[in-house]
Amino acid sequence: MIPIHRIRRRQWLGATALGAALSACKQNAPVADEGPRLLGATVRPYGERSEFETAKRLLANDRYLEESQTRTPLGESVGILTPSSLHYERHHSGVPRIDPAQHRLLIHGLVDRPLVFTVEDIRRLPSVSRIYFLECSGNSGSEWGARPAATAQQSHGLASCSEWTGVPLSLLLAEAGIQKSAQWLIAEGADACKMVRSLPVSKGMDDVLVAWGQNGEPLRPEQGYPLRLFVPGWEGNVNVKWLRRIEASDQPAMARDETSKYTDLMPDGTARIFTFIMEAKSLVTYPSGGDKLKPGFCEISGLAWSGRGLIRRVEVSTDAGRTWKDASLQEPRLPRAFTRFRLPWNWDGSEAQLQSRCTDETGYVQPSNQQLTVLRGLASTYHYNGIKAWKVAADGSVTHV
Amino acid sequence: MYRLVLLLWALAAVAQSPKYGVGRTPTPDEIHQWSFSARPDGKGLPAGSGSVAPGKEIFTNRCSKCHGSAGQGGDAAPLVGGRGTLNTAKPLKTVESYWPYATTVFDYVKRAMPFNQPGTLTDDQVYAVTAYVLFLGRIVPENAVLDARSLPKIRMPNRDGFVPDPRPDVR
Ligand code: HEC
Repeated sequence: MIPIHRIRRRQWLGATALGAALSACKQNAPVADEGPRLLGATVRPYGERSEFETAKRLLANDRYLEESQTRTPLGESVGILTPSSLHYERHHSGVPRIDPAQHRLLIHGLVDRPLVFTVEDIRRLPSVSRIYFLECSGNSGSEWGARPAATAQQSHGLASCSEWTGVPLSLLLAEAGIQKSAQWLIAEGADACKMVRSLPVSKGMDDVLVAWGQNGEPLRPEQGYPLRLFVPGWEGNVNVKWLRRIEASDQPAMARDETSKYTDLMPDGTARIFTFIMEAKSLVTYPSGGDKLKPGFCEISGLAWSGRGLIRRVEVSTDAGRTWKDASLQEPRLPRAFTRFRLPWNWDGSEAQLQSRCTDETGYVQPSNQQLTVLRGLASTYHYNGIKAWKVAADGSVTHV
Repeated sequence: MYRLVLLLWALAAVAQSPKYGVGRTPTPDEIHQWSFSARPDGKGLPAGSGSVAPGKEIFTNRCSKCHGSAGQGGDAAPLVGGRGTLNTAKPLKTVESYWPYATTVFDYVKRAMPFNQPGTLTDDQVYAVTAYVLFLGRIVPENAVLDARSLPKIRMPNRDGFVPDPRPDVR
């Protein structure tokens, strides 16, 4: 069920000024039977959403759109799943067009039996389906600086949540006979730049998937079709897409995307390397930047997630962090997946500031911006997970703080 | 006793043998063709060599349009400069100021550059353009010749600048 205020908001966003005025009139018109009715559209082989829905991924203003990103419209998100068509993207050399019949995955290096798998081979093996968030470690990076982004999509849209289906990597590594001396796995994609990342074998033997399915169908090309690494709870970049090779190694590759990029520069000039885990984060998605509120009842709703496991608690403040109330956590609550939280609220029409703060199953509490910047300064670029605030002005407009 | 040893040996053999038998064994040549990756100790670096002068020519023709005539940046990131800025309010992260390993330059340029034509440089050309970028960054002298032996020996200015992940750091 979509809450009624959301439907109104969707129509508001989707309409032109004239259309909005008209639909506002229509909404006030008495409900009446409209008489004879036309038949609806015929059945069709592959579905599309309603023409009245307009939520879109947001493109970045980048020089090269092959080395770019798009953001999920979290402000308009419903439930915990992101439609595959709205899942955020980050590519380094474009989305390759791969015929699954031609694609191969090579596992080699410190293994007893190097193996080549076809996509068909992978799909024959025992698979599991799991709901997990995926988040770029650059997500909400604008919050480090003095100019945080205006909407939930702009600030936090490099995070999405899908059901992923794949073969446990541990199964493939056992099949290849991984050796004791192997400490690292070097994973490489089949994109034009053959993007490469290293991850510890311990994680590879734990919960990593070689995924081929997303939300009930094969992966989308922009999510790595036909095969990707899925590394639950860890930064997006290590979830190598278009996976073509895994090398078991005694050392990491020290590739460009784990040295020059995706390392966190500290105020003393040192940089943290292999900062894989995405720590607990939450944000209010409704109301959020760009919304316009009317006084009266309004359900506050948002998303929380943690790379360390389950979300145990989400607190919401409507008075800039002076007082907090526990939000209800919607089931299912799953480890390393989005958790939807909700809190009923009556907006009295006076200025308010909304914040959310989550706690995960390890007891880790989402920090404030100040706690983070005192420790890490302003130039670490990645892994920002501070509390996000939205200001509700007396006229109902919602803006970033 | 002998039987027990035999049984244990059989169990170990079962544990190590493939359970599903799916997938095929690649030839050593296939693995070689598929698996370029150059790491800090030099493993994976191919044969060939290159020096600064031809590297400059390659850079001018194939790189400068995006990275600037002397690697100072343009449409794409600067590759040199910024040394000594990492602990300031305006840190500039470049190959010169930030990258811990010279082998990463070879690995990355071979796999990913030029951005619009990745995979079009020969190994000699990649060694040469790597030499030129490192020369621009005042890391190697003008007469440097790079190959699989000399490249891993280069000590980058920020070699010791990286620390392991201490998180959770907020408590
Ligand atoms: C068409 C423009 C273009 C050309 C030509 C080009 N590059 Fe690049 N270069 C880029 C872009 C864009 C990136 C960033 C790619 C990314 O982040 O995935 C990049 C990144 C790099 C980096 C990594 C920078 C860092 O700090 O992480 C290096 C090194 C590099 N290029 C070297 C070269 C060399 C050497 C050549 C010539 C052989 C070259 N590039 C040619 C556009 C270009």
